[in-house]
Amino acid sequence: MALERDQVLHIAELVKLSLTEAEVELYRQQLAEILDAMARLNELNTDDIPPTAHVTAQRNVFREDRVREWFSTSDALANVPDASDGFVRVKPVLDK
Amino acid sequence: MCACRHTIAEIQVALQTGRTTSVALTREILDRIDQIEPELRAYLHLAADLALEAAQAADRRRSDGEDHPLLGIPLAIKDVLCTRGMPTTCGSRMLEGFRPPYDATAVARLRKAGVVPLGKTNTDEFAMGSSTENSGFWTTHNPWDLDRVPGGSSGGSAAAVAAGAAVAALGTDTGGSIRQPAAFCGVVGLKPTYGRVSRHGLVAFASSLDQAGVLTATVRDAALLLETMAGHDPLDATSAKEPVPSYASLLDGGLQGMRLGVAREYFPGDGVDPAVRDAIQGALGVWRDLGAEIVEVSLPHTEYALPVYYLLAPAEASANLARYDGVRFGFSYPEAQDIWDAYRMSREQGFGPEVKRRIMLGAYALSAGYYDAYYLKAQKVRTLIKQDFTQAFQQCDAIIAPTTPTTAFRIGEKVDDPLQMYMADVFTLSLNLAGLCGISIPCGLADGLPVGVQVLGDAFQEATILRLAHSFEQATPWHRMRPPICRDAHG
Repeated sequence: MALERDQVLHIAELVKLSLTEAEVELYRQQLAEILDAMARLNELNTDDIPPTAHVTAQRNVFREDRVREWFSTSDALANVPDASDGFVRVKPVLDK
Repeated sequence: MCACRHTIAEIQVALQTGRTTSVALTREILDRIDQIEPELRAYLHLAADLALEAAQAADRRRSDGEDHPLLGIPLAIKDVLCTRGMPTTCGSRMLEGFRPPYDATAVARLRKAGVVPLGKTNTDEFAMGSSTENSGFWTTHNPWDLDRVPGGSSGGSAAAVAAGAAVAALGTDTGGSIRQPAAFCGVVGLKPTYGRVSRHGLVAFASSLDQAGVLTATVRDAALLLETMAGHDPLDATSAKEPVPSYASLLDGGLQGMRLGVAREYFPGDGVDPAVRDAIQGALGVWRDLGAEIVEVSLPHTEYALPVYYLLAPAEASANLARYDGVRFGFSYPEAQDIWDAYRMSREQGFGPEVKRRIMLGAYALSAGYYDAYYLKAQKVRTLIKQDFTQAFQQCDAIIAPTTPTTAFRIGEKVDDPLQMYMADVFTLSLNLAGLCGISIPCGLADGLPVGVQVLGDAFQEATILRLAHSFEQATPWHRMRPPICRDAHG
């Protein structure tokens, strides 16, 4: 199969990757090659086969909604690249 | 006492009788790490001071009368498991400098038992790879041949155990990432049943496949670690409530009446190195001599495991790795003008090529117009793969298979060809898709490189595969073989 440059750019935008020109071309070729290899699944008729999303026998897992001690605000914020006064600061979201 | 691959059981006796202390042992291993790490590069982060503190605490607990088998045992931890007080990078520049405020449950349980964490071992970035060449920092070398890869993604852990740079190590296995490096480095690698060990604090790659396990010098060591780590955890809703037996106490006893399945799909006409095939045949002979019956079984969808895995795992990864946005933790692009630029550039610069490739592949398989053809199709074939195992385990207690089609390959050999690299996992992927347990143990040498044989078990049948592996180990010399780097260290 062939993958178009626009398709690669569309996927990159979905996953928020600012690919370089060289990467766009590399992934265009490599993804097409990988997807070709994956296409052999079409040898199998799976019309009546249910999908498997997970392998545990569990259904819903519930717990009591109870407050418990967890780590402190300062621990929780310790890895934030840009924190101030207990808040996480981000770049502008809306146009000024 | 030489630190070069002593077993946990041996060390426990030495500690009990006062022949050594945890501090003395930890110092010896740290010295050994100093000596070989420039060539091996198994550790991303060494925590020497913390290790000596933990060893002192373990010695105090022992003098106060405690005697857990793991008390005072120096252990390496794959750098995808969160460790309080130590960096956790997942082998990614994205998480350089990240220090989690909590321990993974598996780590916390082992710390409580008294293990001495030595540091964090190298891995392919976010556990995506089969050689450690995808690490964002450096490639670990195979102690048997420094020009070869140790396997991956738990390659740092496997190399450390093989070279005596840790008594044992934690790893994780999403598609073979414990068993494949264990085979390449000549150590034991145990991948428990999905849900057997809590995933809390295991940084998510593919949540329906990820499982933590161990790399050790012997099967008994693996059993001792598993019985301490395993069990239900309220912090992981997918962890199983199955009771945890004392695996180490169930190792002995004969194999009479046990049936071992051999599936012809694991012995394709080409694609398996003849020397690997011979070693596996030899291993089957050992089990037969020990009283097991060999039966033929079929796993007809085995050849589809690779395409299923490389659609489902990247799909799950593309969702899991959305959290790396440069806002709450990890690399943040400093020059960004707005939030969208910050997302795109932080991810572009923080992630390496294989992680980007898988995020792209997974997002494509999940995207509108392609979901049914790729993602849903793969989920349906996953059902067929799972059914193959259900049927096979009606005829046998465990299945024997090669762990890898070849021995360790050369550094650089496959790194430019993603599909060739993916093929390195061809014999390990099915087990994760079906959520079952498996162990790889050394079963020979081919041209001076270790060969591993897998014992695959049904869900929560760890006791069965551990007993089979232990019996094999007791009857063969392979677990005592040491790489050249160990012989050199002792002249």
